[in-house]
Amino acid sequence: MASPESAVNGPTMTAGAASKSLRNAFGGVIAFIILVLIGVLAFSIRLFSVIKYESVIHEFDPYFNYRVTQFLSKNGIYDFWNWFDDRTWYPLGRVIGGTVYPGLTLTAGTIWKVVNSLNIPLSVETVCVFTAPIFSAFASWAAYLLTKEVKGPGAGLTAAALLAMVPSYISRSVAGSYDNEAVAIFALVFTFYLYIKTLNTGSLFYATLNALAYFYMVCSWGGYTFIINLIPMHVLLCIVTGRYSSRLYIAYAPLVVLGTLLASLVPVVGFNAVLTSEHFASFLVFIIIHVVALAYYIKGILSPKMFKVAVTLVVSAGLAVCCAVIAILIAVVASSPTKGWSGRSLTLLDPTYASKYIPIIASVSEHQPPTWPSYFMDINVLAFLVPAGIIACFMPLTDSSSFVILYIVTSVYFSGVMVRLMLVLAPAACILSGIALSEAFNVLTRSIKFQLPGIAGNPSIAVRMWCIMSTSKENGSSTVVAPNDIPKTEEAAKEKPAKKNRKKEKENVEKKPTPSKTEKRLLVLPLEASVIAVLLLVLLGAFYVVHCVWAAAEAYSAPSIVLTSHSNDGGLHVFDDFREAYSWLSHNTDVDDKVASWWDYGYQTTAMANRTVLVDNNTWNNTHIATVGTAMSSPEKQAWEIFHSLDVKYVLVVFGGVVGYPSDDINKFLWMVRIGGGVFPHIKEPDYLRDGQYRIDAQATPTMLNCLMYKLSYFRFVETDGKGFDRVRRTEIGKKHFKLTHFEEVFTTHHWMVRIYKLKPQRNRIRGKTKKSKSSRSVSSKRDVRGKRNPWH
Amino acid sequence: MAKLAIFFALTLSFLPFLSHSFSPDTPTDRRILVLLDDFSLKSSHSIFFTSLKSRGFDLEFKLADDPKLALQRYGQYLYDGLVLFAPSVERFGGALDVAAVLDFVDSGHDLIVAADTTASDLIKSVATECGVDFDEEPSAMVIDHQNYAVSDVDGDHTLIAADELINSDVILGKTKIEAPVLFKGIAHSLNAANTLALKVLSASPSAYSAHPTAKLSSPPSLTGSAISLVSVVQARNNARIMISGSLDLFSNRYMKSSVQKAGSPSKYEKSGNEQFVTELSKWLFHERGHLKAGNLRHVKVGETNEPAMYRIKDDLEFYVDIYEWSGNSWEPYVADDVQVQFYMMSPYVLKTLSTDKKGLYHTSFKVPDVYGVFQFKVEYQKLGYTSLSLSKQIPVRPFRHNEYERFITTAFPYYGASFTTMAGFFIFSVVYLYNK
Repeated sequence: MASPESAVNGPTMTAGAASKSLRNAFGGVIAFIILVLIGVLAFSIRLFSVIKYESVIHEFDPYFNYRVTQFLSKNGIYDFWNWFDDRTWYPLGRVIGGTVYPGLTLTAGTIWKVVNSLNIPLSVETVCVFTAPIFSAFASWAAYLLTKEVKGPGAGLTAAALLAMVPSYISRSVAGSYDNEAVAIFALVFTFYLYIKTLNTGSLFYATLNALAYFYMVCSWGGYTFIINLIPMHVLLCIVTGRYSSRLYIAYAPLVVLGTLLASLVPVVGFNAVLTSEHFASFLVFIIIHVVALAYYIKGILSPKMFKVAVTLVVSAGLAVCCAVIAILIAVVASSPTKGWSGRSLTLLDPTYASKYIPIIASVSEHQPPTWPSYFMDINVLAFLVPAGIIACFMPLTDSSSFVILYIVTSVYFSGVMVRLMLVLAPAACILSGIALSEAFNVLTRSIKFQLPGIAGNPSIAVRMWCIMSTSKENGSSTVVAPNDIPKTEEAAKEKPAKKNRKKEKENVEKKPTPSKTEKRLLVLPLEASVIAVLLLVLLGAFYVVHCVWAAAEAYSAPSIVLTSHSNDGGLHVFDDFREAYSWLSHNTDVDDKVASWWDYGYQTTAMANRTVLVDNNTWNNTHIATVGTAMSSPEKQAWEIFHSLDVKYVLVVFGGVVGYPSDDINKFLWMVRIGGGVFPHIKEPDYLRDGQYRIDAQATPTMLNCLMYKLSYFRFVETDGKGFDRVRRTEIGKKHFKLTHFEEVFTTHHWMVRIYKLKPQRNRIRGKTKKSKSSRSVSSKRDVRGKRNPWH
Repeated sequence: MAKLAIFFALTLSFLPFLSHSFSPDTPTDRRILVLLDDFSLKSSHSIFFTSLKSRGFDLEFKLADDPKLALQRYGQYLYDGLVLFAPSVERFGGALDVAAVLDFVDSGHDLIVAADTTASDLIKSVATECGVDFDEEPSAMVIDHQNYAVSDVDGDHTLIAADELINSDVILGKTKIEAPVLFKGIAHSLNAANTLALKVLSASPSAYSAHPTAKLSSPPSLTGSAISLVSVVQARNNARIMISGSLDLFSNRYMKSSVQKAGSPSKYEKSGNEQFVTELSKWLFHERGHLKAGNLRHVKVGETNEPAMYRIKDDLEFYVDIYEWSGNSWEPYVADDVQVQFYMMSPYVLKTLSTDKKGLYHTSFKVPDVYGVFQFKVEYQKLGYTSLSLSKQIPVRPFRHNEYERFITTAFPYYGASFTTMAGFFIFSVVYLYNK
């Protein structure tokens, strides 16, 4: 994958031919070894979860992917493609083949098949667990390639090393975290690399590869829209800044044509590749680049005077046509309520959109905006190195470095909107930090080398180096126009920036001796300062490594289905309640029984307990989720009606009040109310809040104390400690002693974290109304209530 | 050891035959426990009991306060039916109480409750739990100054000649009950929302419930047709309950006496009580009106095996067997109103089944163009019959990728366009590259 080419460094160019090739070979071997080690590092730093816990699939979505992979490995690709899953979203079902990004599953399935055909009997689960670490090694190699294209192999190696252990990426790719992002980040970086490679070489071969890499990305993750918007942005930037070239055309046009064709082959994308607004930018730029290409062509064959006439003619005619087209486009787009954008994309453009209109997106914690500390936690010192990297990219500004700058700017914005997109930022931050570090080391080591007695052979090396920085302003104007007259051969293009700048600088040195002399004096760093700076940078790097290892070992290795806590005397306590509950379900309930729970636990229930669920983490049907939310926030009887109409047998709630597990259903409950109320307006959020405060103690509203979620969570809770003290909310609960009339508790796990209730069957008899007249009347008017409240009738 | 195991296996396999209990295969009751206030009722109501015995029931008579009273032993019910002819009992003897009686019903057994003016709170609470509310006024009786039975002594019009019977052949038999039914006892009412309870014998619009001798100080709480004299309840598990406001209704004296309704010229030699009680008890003890459905099956048209999943727009055939219990054998049930639903949150297809008069019901339809997890549902609730509720889950999938039309006629211009473009591009390339 990452075959390191001969490491070409500035100073080696001036050395003799023999020593140059020898040093190149040596550098190549070193670089290769380093890359292998980086791969090993990337893989092994992600194994903490396996060592500390066990080789299991983590969290929620990975369980679904695991289940799909199992299906794929058992039934083959065609059945997977046509898989209609009747065990989820009951009774709607889900067409898995047409709604899933198949890249990850196909990748792991292929690995499993290859490994098994080699007679290495690995289970599907093992392959799934280790897919993410393997692909993070690939991703760091891709980062090496990309950065090498931008700033040379030194920066590439640094960036690869940084990416191998950046905590943000680790959080999504530890062993067991078998999610789309695990392969998608590799695909993202690799696609960018191939784009840059095509841009630098102008080779159709790489352009085709680029489209294929884009196809893999489309297969893997919905984040592919980032690529198909970022690359057009860059193309537009190049055109606007006058950097249009045939290489740019080759890099872009085939990508749009082939990429769109390939993307529409993925069932989940299909016609979206040409219909949704996310892809419009690429088509618009596609038109623009053709107009520009035509303009350049005409400019080439016409005399300047004729050209001017032609321009006025075309512009006046074109403007009229454009206005008409734009008017039609706007009308078409405006006619759709979301302006043609999907909810998730609108959330990116308007960060307040989700919280206003789509509670289901806003309710997911990874869709929240990140806090400042999370930047430090996730990219650590890179946050400080990125600005330096941006500056380094401006000296000199090339097509590829401008792309990297654009990448970091957009991804910083997106990461600010959603904490989940920090993952897109991480590679960009690593690349820029790699550039910054490598440039800084270049400068510092060279100034040390220059000033050290004995080695100081050719002072011009260092001087020239510094001139690159000092004269960047003058260079700026020359490099902008430069690309047009570059020979089209691959090698020349590759070495273009270095050579050209060097030429320019030599000219500068020769032509303007006096000013550059003074600059030289200023720019050579003193030896001591350089040494200290190098030490500080090494220290910075060491700090980064320590942080990354800590993050990998402590913060991001927990599989979240098994929890641990340390008691005061240092003992380790394991909470394995989730698997306890799921295995209870799989052993004690009928195969076709339906289990209702909040959607977070849907994937796990289908994968681990093999029971049908109403809603799961693929939140494609808001109404269905709202129905479950409504049931959870309704009084017991209405909830029973809703669940009964959906053939639900068991209700599963997660409760952390006994052990202090904060992400339980009571803490998520307001989202259930909001999502339910969004569709069924008789559920009103203020009914559950006392003076705008969410509380479950004696001050809580009666609606809150009587809703199903409260009752199922706190049923018999007072028996644990005698006074019903909730350790998550740190308060005594409001209603302690109550009975359930329509539900019965069938299972509660060891630490009370998962509680399973069964719906009682309908009463065999209907009571008369004498005595207890109130309660019996409400019982006997059951049918009326159903007619009114049940959303399904 | 092996012998022992075989012995146990044999015993277990014979257990269903040894215990002649109510079972899905033979729904008619066998063993009936009759609880009495005192044993004199045994002779005064002997016609009713004899008719039961002659139909093959094992009756066991016990006093309601018998200290050894028990409905079940070792978790097994000893009886299939319970007759409570003990209106005045305050506490049952032995292990029996209201909850035990209700458990007995909830496990699918039948119950007859007869009350009269002396009805105790115990009997009333049993009735209330079954959905029947007796008049709470103590010693109130049903009085009807229009439809009383003409008798020798000019009484207080509490002996009622009731003839407002439920119109159901299943409950009351095919032979029409001509003579009025004599009734003397207390009134009860049913909640209108209670779909399980039925008035079998209701009072006339002129009836009311009050103390017969005391002066009416306030309007009576129960009046007119709201008063039910005899009601039946069929619980959701098909246990049947009869509640009568009069114990005398079952007595030999009322059965034998002649009856003439006030203001009516026709005088009947014999009251309708015997026929009424006999027919009703046949229904009650599942000799009639008990349906059994099963063998729900469906196939794709042209195939023989039941598929695990249908595709949208498949044609399928649906079959179900429905039999009726005739008292000693299962006979085919013939009706033209049995329907099947193809149901996913709401019925997408609702079809009336046609029968071959041998118990087999059948229909065929096309699966709707909607995928999801459907159910075949047969919900059959007909007056007097046990309710049938069967469902079978069946997923319906969308088209596979290769089940769509390969070539669409309307798209031929597009095919043409793409092929001509390809050809044009090829020619252009050749011309451009080699024509210099």
